[in-house]
Amino acid sequence: MAEFNTNPEIVQQENLVYKRTDLLTEKALSYCPGCGHGTAHRIIMEVIEEMEIQSKTIGIAPVGCSVLAYEFMNIDMQQAAHGRAPALATAVKRLFPEKFVFTYQGDGDLAAIGTAETIHSCNRGENIVIIFINNGIYGMTGGQMAPTTLPGMKSSTSPYGRDVATMGNPLRITELVAQLPGTIFVTRQAVHTPSAVRKAKKAVRKAFENQKLNKGLSFIEIVSNCNSGWKMTPLQSNEWMVDNMFPYYPLGDIKDSEKA
Amino acid sequence: MKELRLMKGNEAFAEAAIRAGADGYFGYPITPQSEVMEYLMAQKTSERTGMIVLQAESEIAAINMVYGGASCGKRVLTSSSSPGISLKQEGISYIAGAELPCLILNVVRGGPGLGTIQPSQSDYFQSTKGGGHGDYRLIVLAPSSVQEMADFAGLGFELAFKYRNPVLILSDGAIGQMMEKVWLDVQKPRFTEEEIIKNTPWATTGKTPDRERNIITSLDLDSLKMEQHNRALQAKYRIIEQEEIRYEKFNCEDADYAFIAYGTSARICQKAIQLAAGQGINVGLMRPITLFPFPKKVVAEMTSHVKGILVVEMSAGQMVEDVQLATQGRVKVEHFGRVGGIIPSPIEVVEALKKQIIGG
Amino acid sequence: MTEEIIIAGFGGQGVLSMGKILAYSGVMQDKEVSWMPSYGPEMRGGTANVTVIISDERISSPILNAFDTAIILNQQSMDKFENSVKPGGLLIYDPNGITRHPERKDINIYTIEAAEKAGKLGLSKVFNMIVLGGFLKLKPVVGMEFIHKGLEKSLPLRHHGMIPENEKAIETGKGLITAVQLVN
Repeated sequence: MAEFNTNPEIVQQENLVYKRTDLLTEKALSYCPGCGHGTAHRIIMEVIEEMEIQSKTIGIAPVGCSVLAYEFMNIDMQQAAHGRAPALATAVKRLFPEKFVFTYQGDGDLAAIGTAETIHSCNRGENIVIIFINNGIYGMTGGQMAPTTLPGMKSSTSPYGRDVATMGNPLRITELVAQLPGTIFVTRQAVHTPSAVRKAKKAVRKAFENQKLNKGLSFIEIVSNCNSGWKMTPLQSNEWMVDNMFPYYPLGDIKDSEKA
Repeated sequence: MKELRLMKGNEAFAEAAIRAGADGYFGYPITPQSEVMEYLMAQKTSERTGMIVLQAESEIAAINMVYGGASCGKRVLTSSSSPGISLKQEGISYIAGAELPCLILNVVRGGPGLGTIQPSQSDYFQSTKGGGHGDYRLIVLAPSSVQEMADFAGLGFELAFKYRNPVLILSDGAIGQMMEKVWLDVQKPRFTEEEIIKNTPWATTGKTPDRERNIITSLDLDSLKMEQHNRALQAKYRIIEQEEIRYEKFNCEDADYAFIAYGTSARICQKAIQLAAGQGINVGLMRPITLFPFPKKVVAEMTSHVKGILVVEMSAGQMVEDVQLATQGRVKVEHFGRVGGIIPSPIEVVEALKKQIIGG
Repeated sequence: MTEEIIIAGFGGQGVLSMGKILAYSGVMQDKEVSWMPSYGPEMRGGTANVTVIISDERISSPILNAFDTAIILNQQSMDKFENSVKPGGLLIYDPNGITRHPERKDINIYTIEAAEKAGKLGLSKVFNMIVLGGFLKLKPVVGMEFIHKGLEKSLPLRHHGMIPENEKAIETGKGLITAVQLVN
């Protein structure tokens, strides 16, 4: 554990420049140092706090690195079977239409095993928010190839690099769901720099506002790093992400029905 | 005031579910149970009671919608037939692990694989011994009439919420498709959100300042905690075994022999009892209504006064294993059944009794 | 009283709905009833059959080997169900399209030229009610007032205008039924 400065002359309310939102629990994050999950958790919880909707929000955790998201998010949560979070969210929102419902899913969960649930919840236009963390790898199970693993990228199940001839192409599922009439707002964001975090948070806020106004499904991809899975330092992984992931998964809004 | 109707078993179940105050149905079409969702859709339940009915993209999605709805303390259900129920097993395991109430109807058809669309009872093991992964049990109710298809919708919800456990209604294509008279209960109101918060304080309804957050999960990475959770589940199943056994006996008082059969087979056996009586054979019937918990003691007690038991199932012999366990070899126990979607006829059953039990 | 009936013919002849009207009429008369159809691909363009039981007592098996009455409307059903009639029981058939007539000597056999009559009267929609009329003439297991109520219950509201036509067809059928062989 890090040593915190507890000097009472310094620890004063007026000196406070940043405070963890109360909607994140005291529990230390289980993510690897340098991972983007923690930041993604924080901006979602900040939005829920700012919108004062904690008592109306139900989150759905996936299977993957964020399987324990419910340990860190101080809201009511359900832990779904692998890939099925949008099915749970569909039922929760239909049965509790006045609640705010979101799923938090990784690339394996959302774009491989849960493809049908993703596509169909988007196509039905369920009035929910889907947060999709894409780091191009199965982090939790130890670095296997994901549906979003880049061509040539090494993983424990593509040890010589992803050969698209035999292993298929990386799936841009976000572009895919943007084609569906049920999605209202589809965007790709990142959380590797302060300005990217600010943009991503704005997108999360917009998604929850959309839900408040019953506009349809908002889908936010967050391209993230996996320094452990990619076998890099956190800094290297962020650089590698900018150089390699962003060209394949370009940031920005893909669909915003309001602007259309 | 109860209402009298002539209905198919599948329709009676659907109507009874509405009247039991169901909040949501999630399903996927498969023969021979598609009438359940067809009926619910035709009823415009969202206008009638506010009940949500949604055709999912798969049986897997449907059971996970049930998981999400049950996590909210809502009365939710799904229905399917054997191949579809196999697909749902992952979700059922999660629901059992997370200790959630819900209702699942299996209108069984013959297998394995795509099998046949005709009636069968070959999903007994899957239903009563677990089905999905892990150590868990469902409460399993076996209707043998259209009336029970209706009655068990209400009873199923009651038991599911009493024990925070999924309840499976194990029916078959014959009971699903046939029409009989049915007396329907009056409409029960759906739960209000206040009632959900009061009755199911564990439900995910949104974290308010007056309580800790509610988490629905079947996961614990700490094995010691997981062991405790498993022990608690088993303790619950033992209580269910003590409290919830249901069965029916026909002509058992001074019978020389007994049939043990559930569902459609039990109906066949009732006719077989009449035919056997005409031939001077005194045979009774014990019909388990709960398959889990199985009426073990009732079966054990029968060994004191019958000379032999014929277990009649539309399977290659599944429930017969539970009967053998309960009788401990004290009397002769044999299985008779037809498989692949064929319903044994009452005459065949009498002949099997004569050949396998009386003459054997 | 227990009457165990099989009605069998082509899909589209109104076999299942005839059984349903009979069963619903039984319910209206406070009888116990069961209606057990064949279902699935068999029904789609092929043969359809339904077992109807009407009884004063609780009904045991809805699936039977032997019937008090068989109402047979095509050759496949004749081949399948002639031998399922109980000795002394009743077989009613429409000879239209029948190439091999029943050969049993121990049952009562009647014909009803319902298809021909329905064609002549332009009443092909109520062909099945003509057949039902023939059966009810021989075995009035439910009263006509209850048949009326059964029609009301089993026909959707938008078809209630056709109830008089259905009842007329039943009366027509009563006059059409013809004995071929009587054993009791």
